[in-house]
Amino acid sequence: MERNTRRNFIRKLGATVGAAGVVGGTSILSSCNSVETSSGDKIKLLTSSGELVEVDKSQLTPAEMPNLSENQTRGREGLPGRSWVMVIDLSKCRNARECMKACQNHHQLRPEQHHINVLQMQDAEHTAPYYMPKPCQHCDNPPCTKVCPVNATFKRNDGIVLIDNERCIGCRFCIAACPYSARVFNWFEPRDAEKYKGVTYNIEANVPQKKGTISKCLFSADRLRDGKLPSCVSACPNGVYWFGDRNEDAVTNGTTKETVSFSKLIKDNAAYTLMEELGTKPRVYYLPPKDRAFPFEGELIEHHS
Amino acid sequence: MNTIKSPEESRKVLDTIFSDLTRSITHKDELTRFWFFILIMFAGVGLWGWIIQIDKGLGVTGMRDYVSWGMYIANFVFFVAISLIGFLISSALHLLKISWSKPISRVAEQIAIAGVALAGIIIVMDMGRPDRFLNVFLHGRFASPIIWDVTVVTTYLTISALLFFLPLIPDLALLRDRMTGKVPTWKLKIYTILALGWKGNPEQYKTVYHAMRILMILIIPVGLSIHTVTSWLFAATLRSGWDTTIMGPYFVAGAFVAGAAAVVILMYIYRLRYGLKNYFEDFHFDYMGKLLVFVSLVYLYFNINEFLVPGYKMKTAEGVHLQNLFTGAFASMFWLVQVAGLIIPILLMLIKFFRKPLPLTIISVVVLIAAWFKRYLIVIPTMEHPFLPVQNVPDYFKSYAPTSIEIMITLFSVFAALLIITVLAKLFPVITIWEYAEEKGVDKKYFSKQPKN
Ligand code: SF4
Ligand code: SF4
Repeated sequence: MERNTRRNFIRKLGATVGAAGVVGGTSILSSCNSVETSSGDKIKLLTSSGELVEVDKSQLTPAEMPNLSENQTRGREGLPGRSWVMVIDLSKCRNARECMKACQNHHQLRPEQHHINVLQMQDAEHTAPYYMPKPCQHCDNPPCTKVCPVNATFKRNDGIVLIDNERCIGCRFCIAACPYSARVFNWFEPRDAEKYKGVTYNIEANVPQKKGTISKCLFSADRLRDGKLPSCVSACPNGVYWFGDRNEDAVTNGTTKETVSFSKLIKDNAAYTLMEELGTKPRVYYLPPKDRAFPFEGELIEHHS
Repeated sequence: MNTIKSPEESRKVLDTIFSDLTRSITHKDELTRFWFFILIMFAGVGLWGWIIQIDKGLGVTGMRDYVSWGMYIANFVFFVAISLIGFLISSALHLLKISWSKPISRVAEQIAIAGVALAGIIIVMDMGRPDRFLNVFLHGRFASPIIWDVTVVTTYLTISALLFFLPLIPDLALLRDRMTGKVPTWKLKIYTILALGWKGNPEQYKTVYHAMRILMILIIPVGLSIHTVTSWLFAATLRSGWDTTIMGPYFVAGAFVAGAAAVVILMYIYRLRYGLKNYFEDFHFDYMGKLLVFVSLVYLYFNINEFLVPGYKMKTAEGVHLQNLFTGAFASMFWLVQVAGLIIPILLMLIKFFRKPLPLTIISVVVLIAAWFKRYLIVIPTMEHPFLPVQNVPDYFKSYAPTSIEIMITLFSVFAALLIITVLAKLFPVITIWEYAEEKGVDKKYFSKQPKN
C-alpha cells in the first residue's frame, strides 16, 4: 500500500519530465530567474536548464528565487526522506554523448569540463571493450568530503554530494582524494562568466560557476527538487540511465519513462559498483555490458592510466 | 667546558668572541648590498607572478583536472621538510646531552623559521581562492588533514620562533650594551626592545633555561607531527603511490636528510663569509657529515621498503605507478635522485675526507637539490596516473609540466626563504654568544657591562 503511493510519485516524476516538453513555456517561466531588464517589453531570462531566453514582459508572473543564504541552507539539507540512486546500463551505451552535452549545458561548463564523461573501457587485455558513462559516484563514504578543510563539499541526507562554491578555497585536495576523477576545477574564469554576472548562486546546480573553485556532478539536485530527472538521464536517447529513490525501491528510465523496482533491476542484471574494494560505497550502479545493443566502434584509444 | 678563567682573560675572550660573532651584523659591503638586491628582485618577480595568477586564475600553471597538484605542493613539502632540522638539532640533540651541536642550533633555527614560514606562504599561493583564506578558520573542520597541517605548522612556527628568541635575549642585552655607535640607531632600538630589560641576574638565566627546556620537550611531538601530518595529506588518499602506511616515518627521515644538508651549506657560507673558522670548526662538519650519513641510511632503508616491496608484487595500479618511476617517464629523475642524491653521498661520506667542510658542502648541495626533486616525484607521478583512464580532454591535461609562472613563484619562495635567513643573520649573531662564551669558560657575570648591584 505504502509502496504503491511511493511508486505513484515516481511515475509522476517521470510524467513531469515527459510533460515538460509540452508545457514548455510555462515551466520555463515558473522556474525563471531574472537576469537583466531590457528597456522595452522584452526581458532576458535564465531558465533552469541554463539557457538564456527572451520573453515578453506581459507573460511574466514573478517567481520568488531564494537568496544566497537560503539557497545554501536548503542545498545543505536535501530532500527529506529521499535516497537517490542511479543505474547505468552499459549494454545500451553507444557513445552518443548526449548526456555529456546536456550536462555541460545545464552546469555552464567548458567543452573540456566533464561532470559526466563517457569513457572507453577495457578491463583486461583480451576482454571486450565497452563505453562507460562516469558521473560522480556520490559515494556513501566519500573521500572527497572527508578531506575538505572548510566543509565546502559535503554529503547531504538524501545522498547527494554537493559543493558550495561560495565557500571553496580552491585547495583541490578533494580532487586528489577522489579515486574516480569525478571533479573538475575552474582553472580560468568560467564559461559565460560575463553573461551570468550577478546571478544568485544556486548551490544545487553549482551555477554560476566560479573561478578558482571546484565543480562536479550533482545529480542535478536542482531538477530533483522540481520533480524532474537529472539532465543526463533525460537527455540519453538510448535508455542507458535509470534514476530514482532507494527508499522507494523505484527507478525510472530517462528515455522510456518506465519505472521498475531498483532492487530487482540490480539483482537480475548482476549490477556492480566501481572499485568497490576501495570502500567508497558508490550510489551509481552499473549493469554489465553484456549482449550489447551497439558494437564498439572505432579504435580503442590507449588508456592513460 | 674549559676551566674558569681569570677576570682579565675572561673579558678578553668575551671581547674576541663578541667581535667575531657580530661581524655579520656590522659587516657592510657591496656584496651584501648586491645580495639583498638579488633577493628582493626575485621576491618581487615572484609576487608579480602571483598577481598574474590571481588575476587570470590557476590556469596559468601547468596543473589541470587530473594533475591538480604540481610544483607548489612539492615545494611546500620541501620547505616543511627542511624546517624539521630545527627540531632535530636544537632540541633532540640537546636533550640527548650532545653538546657539539650547540653552536649550530641557531643556524638550524634560522632554517626552521624560514622553511616553515615559506611553507605557509606557498600553500596560500597554491590556493584557487586565496581571498577566502579566512574560511580555514571560520569553517575549518578537524576531519581534514589540511586543518591538522595548518595547526601544526602554526604551532611549529611559534615554538621555533621562541626557541630562536629565548636564547637570544642575553645576546640582545650584550648587543644593546656594546653596539652603541657601531650600528644604526634603529637596530639598537630593536635590540633594546627585544632584550626585554635583561639584566643578567641568575634568576633570569634560570627562567630562560627553564623555558627553553619546556620548549625543547614541547617541540618534539610538534616537530614529529608537522611532517607526519604533511605526509598524511597524501597517505590519507586512496591513490596508488600515496596510499601507503610508511609515509609518516618515510617523510620524517627524508626531512632530516634535506635539513641536515641545508644546515651544512649555511654553516659553510657563514664560516666563509664571516670568518668563523674557529666557531664552525672542522669537527662540526665531520659530525654533521656523520649525522647526514646516519639519517640518509635510515632514509635509504625506508626507500627500499617503499619501492622494493610493492615493486616485487606489482599490483595493477601500483604497477603502473612503479613502472613509471623505474622505467617510464620519470625514470631518469627517479634514478638520479636515488643514486646521486642518496646512495653515492652515503658512500662518499663514509670516507673521512668527504666530511671536510668543502667536500661536505658540495655533497650537501647535491643532496638538497635531489631532495627537492624527490618531493616532485612524490607529488606528480601519482597524479598523472589516476585509476580511471583520462579521456575526452585536451592533451595538455594528461601530463604535467610547470609553467614559467610556477617556476617564478617557486624561485620566489627559495629566495624569500634566503631573504629571511639573511635578515636574521644581519640582525642577530649566528651563534649564541653567551652560550659559546660560557662554554669557553667565561663566567656569566662578565656578560653584563654594568656592574651588578
Ligand atoms: S565520486 Fe569522487 S567526487 Fe563523487 S562522491 Fe565519490 S569521491 Fe566524491
Ligand atoms: S577544493 Fe574546495 S571543495 Fe575541494 S577540498 Fe578544497 S575547499 Fe573543499
